Amino acid sequence: MNFSFLFNNIIELSITGLALGAIYALVALGYTMVYGVLQLINFAHSEVFMYGTFAVAWVFVLLHGTEPATQTLGGTAGLLVVAILAAMAMSALIALLLERVAYRPLLKRKAPRLMALISAIGASFALSELMGLRDRVAGWFGLREALGPYVANARDIYPNPVTIQPQTVFTIGGYGVKDVDLLVIVASLLMMLALDQFVRRTRFGRGIRAVAQDPESAALMGVNATRVIRGTFVLGGIMAGAAAAFYMLKVGSTRQNTGFIFGVKAFTAAVLGGIGNLRGALVGGLVLGVTENYGAAIFGSQWKDVVAFVLLVLILLVRPTGILGESLGKARA
Amino acid sequence: MGVVENLRQNAASSGAAARLREGGATAGRGVRTGLERMHDGWARLPRGARIALTVLLVILVYLLPLIRPPVITTQQIDFGGVMFGVAALALVAVGLNIVIGYAGLLDLGYVGFYAIGAYTTGVLTSLHASWPFFLALPVAVGVTMFSGLLLGWPTLRVRGDYLAIVTLGFGEIIRLAVTNLGWVGAARGIKDIPHPPNIGPDPEPPFGTGGLFNIPALQWDGLVPSLDTGRETPFLVFGAVSAVPYYWLVLSFLILILFADRLVKDSRVGRAWEATREDEDAAELMGVPTFRFKLLAFALGAAIGGLSGSLYASSQSGYINPQSFPLLLSILFVAAVFVGGAGSRWGAVVGGTLVAYLPERFREFADWRLLVFGLALMILPVYRPEGLVPARRTLRARAADKEIEHLEGRDEAPRQVV
Repeated sequence: MNFSFLFNNIIELSITGLALGAIYALVALGYTMVYGVLQLINFAHSEVFMYGTFAVAWVFVLLHGTEPATQTLGGTAGLLVVAILAAMAMSALIALLLERVAYRPLLKRKAPRLMALISAIGASFALSELMGLRDRVAGWFGLREALGPYVANARDIYPNPVTIQPQTVFTIGGYGVKDVDLLVIVASLLMMLALDQFVRRTRFGRGIRAVAQDPESAALMGVNATRVIRGTFVLGGIMAGAAAAFYMLKVGSTRQNTGFIFGVKAFTAAVLGGIGNLRGALVGGLVLGVTENYGAAIFGSQWKDVVAFVLLVLILLVRPTGILGESLGKARA
Repeated sequence: MGVVENLRQNAASSGAAARLREGGATAGRGVRTGLERMHDGWARLPRGARIALTVLLVILVYLLPLIRPPVITTQQIDFGGVMFGVAALALVAVGLNIVIGYAGLLDLGYVGFYAIGAYTTGVLTSLHASWPFFLALPVAVGVTMFSGLLLGWPTLRVRGDYLAIVTLGFGEIIRLAVTNLGWVGAARGIKDIPHPPNIGPDPEPPFGTGGLFNIPALQWDGLVPSLDTGRETPFLVFGAVSAVPYYWLVLSFLILILFADRLVKDSRVGRAWEATREDEDAAELMGVPTFRFKLLAFALGAAIGGLSGSLYASSQSGYINPQSFPLLLSILFVAAVFVGGAGSRWGAVVGGTLVAYLPERFREFADWRLLVFGLALMILPVYRPEGLVPARRTLRARAADKEIEHLEGRDEAPRQVV
């Protein structure tokens, strides 16, 4: 119990917590949207995120080389934009693949809903292992030499060669706010705002809400459910890709099993805010990120995850459907 | 719509169901019809023959690690140890099947109960006290059951998928707690957990193996068996020499639990679970106290998880640490239940057996095991959506659904209806 540490560093803890929470929220959007439309826990979404983190590292290896370097955020801005776009593309692609291979065959056969969860768990294992065995797979095609730096040490930590040195932008209450945190928070909020408006205002967004409300009636009204579901996966993938890029900015390295625990946390954030609710994902993510940071300060960082899950149970006790609790379908236009 | 709902209910009741089952059996494919036919053939046998066959089968299963049949026997790793793992996972799957299959509660944190059972045993027998194993076992089961009640009381009011994440969190909390609490050994774990008591004289190193007598194993030269005197199992010594006695112990508990499971499933309690799973509101309206029954399922499932955890703790190595209980294990447990077929007792046994056995048998492909497992989990729901050994009730329901679809004219090709 170390309350003085918490109070002395409250601003720093809050801001880094918000940055972490914003990343959770971006990943949580993928869970929440798929859940809203299909009532399915997309267990493999964590791997969508993980592939995004690798895309970021690979872009840096490709355009910068493998030798380690330290850069400021401004000095590497060009690379970063490419990396974010690559991560979004990679994650969207994986999400699309997931929908095609793991879910559509089941939906077509009207398999029990929980069986789709098993398929998702299987996909999660397969994707994660595929990344961990990428050197062997490259070996099959005789590409191991050619792909050297991309497939090296497949099961170990894979760092981004460029370390980003955070710079202080301005100072509040004695704490210098770092540009990386600021970028993550602002960019995440902008992305979520864009997604929110997309779902609320566009024709496609209306399709998503319609399918979430009542798939059969939506089909009768001429909504192409297959397209809507596919689009939902892609949107979730894009958000996860952005999250992956921000994660790499803050953490700087990834691994084939990075997704699992991070995905569990992001899903917790989605449930915390009210699953199926876009704004809930944001609220849940931010609350989770900040609480985790405070909890780590008070009880020590080894209890961070315990604090997160205890918070979840407490909130569900008071509000059984999460903080905002509204479903995707009920969101007003 | 009302007519359809009525039909659905009628179809689920016994008379119509029997009629539909015949229709369903002819319409079903491959293994399903095979299973149905096997079951019907079994039911037609005289009672005496059924009992004799069952006893024979049970004896065969007990002796499996001594018979060491070719092909099945694992080469690179002790077969007795593998069979212990198989029986232990089957036991876990049967317990989890009560929670997921019968009561329909998706529990993704079952490893938490497993860990509580193991750690209670470890703390009571080695770390902070030196109780004998068979005194610690029931206490461990009791503690785990209580922890199930404690977790279930607040969380079972939450519906469906929320429960999945809460239980997932619970599993992780338990793992982090035992990692960080010095009182339960933290990362060092607990060692020297005593084994179950021996029957007959204790072994006296270096020569006496102990036990009442020694049972030799078989070795195979092609298809010709001969006695392997170099691989004897002392009866009944729980030591470091042979894993077989531990297998026998777990198997005995498994058989016991299977009997109990059958009694509970066919009782009022089992029917209440089924009603709750299918439609909670309807069940509540019919006077089923759904919350209480869900809590019961949760506690019973937890108790069985604790039992297997306790058996695991006192097994050959007598050592546990937090790394023995990763969250991934929970996912594996859930996969075992669904691979076999949720809600099906024998399905759970089959699922647990496959999930524990196949990775050990194919050790030479060690690096690819998880990848193949993942792909298998993706393929299975497409071809066997109800699992490998589906619950008979699930099949009936599916046949009834088909019939309804046909009556509504929604199925593609017209089919002969009974």
